[in-house]
Amino acid sequence: MSAKTVGSRLTSMLFKVFVLLFLAVEVYPILWMLLSSVKATREFTVNPSYALPEGLYLKNYVDAWTTGRMGVFFKNSLITTVLSLVLIVLLSTSVSFALVKMRWALRKAALSFFMSGIMVPVTIVLIPLFTMYKALHLLNTYWSLIITYTGFGLALSVYLISSYMRSLPDELIEAAVIDGCTIYSVFWKVVVPLSMNAIVTVIVIQFFFRWNDMIFSMTFISRTAMKTVQTGLLYFADEWGSKNWGAIFAAIAIGVMPTLALYGALNKLVIDGMTAGAVKG
Amino acid sequence: MERFLRDKKAILVFVLPAALIYLFAVFVPILWSAYYSLFSGLPGINFKFTGLSNYAKMWGDRIFLTAFAMNIEYVGVVVAGQVGLGLVCSLLFMFGIRRYKTTVRTIVFFPVVLPVVAVAQLFTKIFEISPNYGLFNSLLVLLGLKDLVQPWLGQSASAFFVLCSMDIWTAMGFYAIIFYAALMDIPTEIIEAARIDGANGLRLLRHILLPALRPITLTCLVFSFTGTLKVFESALALTRGGPGTATKTLSMYMYDSSFLHSQYGYGSSIAVFILVECIVISGAINGLFGRRKY
Repeated sequence: MSAKTVGSRLTSMLFKVFVLLFLAVEVYPILWMLLSSVKATREFTVNPSYALPEGLYLKNYVDAWTTGRMGVFFKNSLITTVLSLVLIVLLSTSVSFALVKMRWALRKAALSFFMSGIMVPVTIVLIPLFTMYKALHLLNTYWSLIITYTGFGLALSVYLISSYMRSLPDELIEAAVIDGCTIYSVFWKVVVPLSMNAIVTVIVIQFFFRWNDMIFSMTFISRTAMKTVQTGLLYFADEWGSKNWGAIFAAIAIGVMPTLALYGALNKLVIDGMTAGAVKG
Repeated sequence: MERFLRDKKAILVFVLPAALIYLFAVFVPILWSAYYSLFSGLPGINFKFTGLSNYAKMWGDRIFLTAFAMNIEYVGVVVAGQVGLGLVCSLLFMFGIRRYKTTVRTIVFFPVVLPVVAVAQLFTKIFEISPNYGLFNSLLVLLGLKDLVQPWLGQSASAFFVLCSMDIWTAMGFYAIIFYAALMDIPTEIIEAARIDGANGLRLLRHILLPALRPITLTCLVFSFTGTLKVFESALALTRGGPGTATKTLSMYMYDSSFLHSQYGYGSSIAVFILVECIVISGAINGLFGRRKY
């Protein structure tokens, strides 16, 4: 073997080692969290924290779910997330259809109107929204979160769905019209089914954004019984965090479980969807 | 057909509901904040028109200035870390792996989708010192570095370091995947041709790869800058801004002014300031280094 090939083999090995190192740094903390969530309280004091769990102590999950009220928070998150996802999908597909396929004077302006919200820092809307919800008696209700989530979900969703719809041939719509469809059935029966790829991407991406929200939930919700998973987790950490390590890890695990499941099932779609704004931008 | 696609009533049905919610939740509040920023006090109680004096007041406010300085330092470290390590990571993937590309992509992107609060709680426990050592301190003991064991989140400098590493850890994969996709888009003939001409390693990187990555780098910088300028959730969930005000960001100070001290006018002016920062920075990156359409 010549010196040169030995050298390039070494370099390639070195690259592999570094790749593994990067992956370990990304994965190990999550693995550690999951392992710690099944440790008994005693293990945290007796064993070093990198030690593997001695058994499967699932009482942590029961504690987090009931005493720690993660069950309630989970339900609240699920309701607000799902309802706002439904609204986001309905509204952004119909707007996109009008923006891309229909003909009207202000459609260019309307598109930039919706796009302008893509990078707005959310802090700027907090005081006005808080004031409005207070006046409308919507603080501490699901609606305060659903309306806000929907409004903030629209910009990126309209961007993703309208770029996708642009690639659908106009002839399809013409054919449907000739067959006697109304504009509404063209939308429901032709355009929506054909845009399913983009719609699924929007659902998944928006699920992460809404499920992971903390700032809106902590601003509009003060009653413990109405908190969502993320603000509930903060509350839980304050109340229990330093004492009951097993339960806090279980609570974190409960908080990331839907994310884990969705990402595990649809990771390619998630990655492509989330980077789409940057790559195509 | 024309008549069909110009149906005014249908257009209204399709556009109006979304436009209303968007106006209500996003657009009007932005203008409203800009308007509030010209007042002092709390609406209905001691609200008084004061013109631009809130914006002048900031520069004499010690807490604002500390938060602003901390924010700038944070942005510098985290943008460099996210985009820089993302780039390094993508280059390692390009040269280091032949098989399992999809698996590697999936793993490295994973932290991006995790909830910030969960990640922050996880990092709190990793860097914990009492009642028992967290992961980091116990690994230090394992490696025989017992002297380095310390309350990482209880000291200003190290708490700042933990916050930065957490936000780099979460977002690095996002940039790695974007850079990796852009690297894969470079035609192999170009890289082969450069290799035949004797360009290897660093020279290949400097003369072929980096120039080709320039547009996507600008995009990444805009993303990273606007993401880090408004930092709020991660700092709040990790340290509550502490110890003291060591990790208190501008957004957190805005939140405190508004909801803790009931200064809606002053809080709004800080929020407007953050928005202007984001616009100026993205404008500057695009204006100075190239254009980019959105």
